[in-house]
Amino acid sequence: MRNVVVVGAGPAGLAAARAAAVAGAQVTLLDAADGLGGQYWRHLPADRPAAREGVLHHRWATFGGLSDVLRAHPAVTVLPSAQVWSLERLDGGVRLNVLLGEPDGAGRSARTFEPDALVLATGAHDRTLPFPGWQLPGVCSAGAAQALAKGEWVAVGRRVVVAGAGPFLLPVAASLLRTGATVVGVHEAGRVGALARGWLSRPWELAGAAGKAGELAGYVRDLVRHSVPWRPGEAVVAAHGDGQVEAVTVARLDERWAPVAGTERVVEADAACVSHGFTPRLELAIAAGCALAPSRFVVVDDSQATSVPGVWAAGELTGIGGADAALAEGAVAGTAAAGGDTGAAAARRAVRARDRARGFAARIEAAHGVGGGWTGWLRDDTVVCRCEETTYGRVREVVELTGSHETRSVKLTSRAGLGPCQARMCGRTLQELLGDPTPSVDRRPLVVPVRLGDLAALRSAAPTPAAPRPGGDRT
Amino acid sequence: MTSYRLPAELDPARPAADSPLTIRVDGEPVTGAAGQTIAGVLLGAGRRQWRTTADGAPRGVFCGIGVCFDCLVEVNGLRDVRACLRRAQDGDVVARQGGSEATA
Ligand SMILES: Cc1cc2nc3c(=O)[nH]c(=O)nc-3n(C[C@H](O)[C@H](O)[C@H](O)COP(=O)(O)OP(=O)(O)OC[C@H]3O[C@@H](n4cnc5c(N)ncnc54)[C@H](O)[C@@H]3O)c2cc1C
Ligand code: FES
Repeated sequence: MRNVVVVGAGPAGLAAARAAAVAGAQVTLLDAADGLGGQYWRHLPADRPAAREGVLHHRWATFGGLSDVLRAHPAVTVLPSAQVWSLERLDGGVRLNVLLGEPDGAGRSARTFEPDALVLATGAHDRTLPFPGWQLPGVCSAGAAQALAKGEWVAVGRRVVVAGAGPFLLPVAASLLRTGATVVGVHEAGRVGALARGWLSRPWELAGAAGKAGELAGYVRDLVRHSVPWRPGEAVVAAHGDGQVEAVTVARLDERWAPVAGTERVVEADAACVSHGFTPRLELAIAAGCALAPSRFVVVDDSQATSVPGVWAAGELTGIGGADAALAEGAVAGTAAAGGDTGAAAARRAVRARDRARGFAARIEAAHGVGGGWTGWLRDDTVVCRCEETTYGRVREVVELTGSHETRSVKLTSRAGLGPCQARMCGRTLQELLGDPTPSVDRRPLVVPVRLGDLAALRSAAPTPAAPRPGGDRT
Repeated sequence: MTSYRLPAELDPARPAADSPLTIRVDGEPVTGAAGQTIAGVLLGAGRRQWRTTADGAPRGVFCGIGVCFDCLVEVNGLRDVRACLRRAQDGDVVARQGGSEATA
């Protein structure tokens, strides 16, 4: 029986695990979080069950169905609180190194897996371009506001500005409203022209993605009901406050996202939730050797196979298409990874659903893709690297001093990107500032920092290469 | 108070009644509900910053999902715990930390 490990229990990973089990594989589903659902179906934890959890969610019944099947299926092992912290390439396969237990806890137990087939469904995180004052408490990513609202019914502020780019801003504003916050405005950097080009071209194709379109329409209704202004062609270009955010400056943008002088206005707010799109969580894919597209997403073929034999990828790791795309891709990947027939009727339905959903990703990029003019809102004292507090001025100074436009060397001299987040927040920004297109910033041998004590325990727990593989999993 | 948690009786998801918990943050008691993260308990109590950077600047939550490491705190004597990921346990002792010693 084929042994399939799926990393990530969001929509893509859940669908992959189910499809692989249905196709007859022995499946292990790993996720660092202590619950299933990923970002999309983040919900109150088991010790705070809610009678109507679905009110903040779409397709909540789909999630319930998937998790019930997986938990009951005899060939599926679901392992939550399982952080894959590194991936090693072996001769003809991979080894996953996993720590089981509380996040960042000491003394977690170590496991390794050497599956016959691996499905990566590690998702994406949102990306925020730096702006003056973005390091003030009260400024957070739109994803943070969403995660806290969905996972804990916590609102990050009472008077909140939502800004950045992409359809994701709409559910974030809707969740803030449902947690009782006042959303002062939603500022979308894409201008009307770009939005129309992205969303209104070939409208007949959108019919295929009716689920997603209906979901977005629902959020727009929420905004209208609460009289929340939605303003395209605008950005938060600065946050102000003494120790925490008290106000933001909003400005109009030109079509390249450069702020238009004279259009700035100050808006009082106690929180600003800002995201300019998503970036895939690539560490494991890169460690496995998977080829990446220039857009940085993992390249997959029609069966979601990556360039590395035995490794499949699905969900936001392969493109930002939303939960529908992730579900469909996961189903295709799971079937293929299990050695099932992706030409069979059910799999063909999933392939068609995936192809329809992929069009969505292209529209998001056309309408909301980051425009190069945003650097116009940076000042010399703007923090670029949040961890090391490296400013834009310092980065420019280092470039002038060393004459280097290579991200690696600028990082070493300026310290930008060398902090605990390992350049997850600033890596792509630095590359854009330097005009360096190589994806090297996403190469991180350790997916998360590991305590020295854990490393020592791991060494003593390391399996011998010739050991048998009971279920592909050795302790 | 800026950030807050929607009281359970107003919550449209109708969660089961809270089972309250109390953590100590730099010596002061802060209450939240079982199942919340440490960041959620702090934000729910209107506290938005709990770390000091090397340059002395205050920080709290930024990414909310374990990616940015801005929210690091010391929990029960162990440094570098991401407050946005770690579920709070009744009696947890949380302390502000400067910098980070994580091996990365
Ligand atoms: C904070 C946040 C909130 C979001 N909220 C919404 C929303 O409300 N509505 C919406 O339409 N879209 C939302 N999105 C977009 C969202 O990414 C997609 O809609 C959808 O969740 C993508 O599904 P996925 O399966 O590809 O990835 P995800 O749902 O992101 O799932 C990936 C999973 O992989 C796990 N993982 C990653 N790396 C590892 C590792 N090394 N070891 C173990 N586990 C790992 C993660 O814990 C995560 O659970 C959100 C994104 C973010 C970042
Ligand atoms: S807020 Fe980013 S890691 Fe916790």
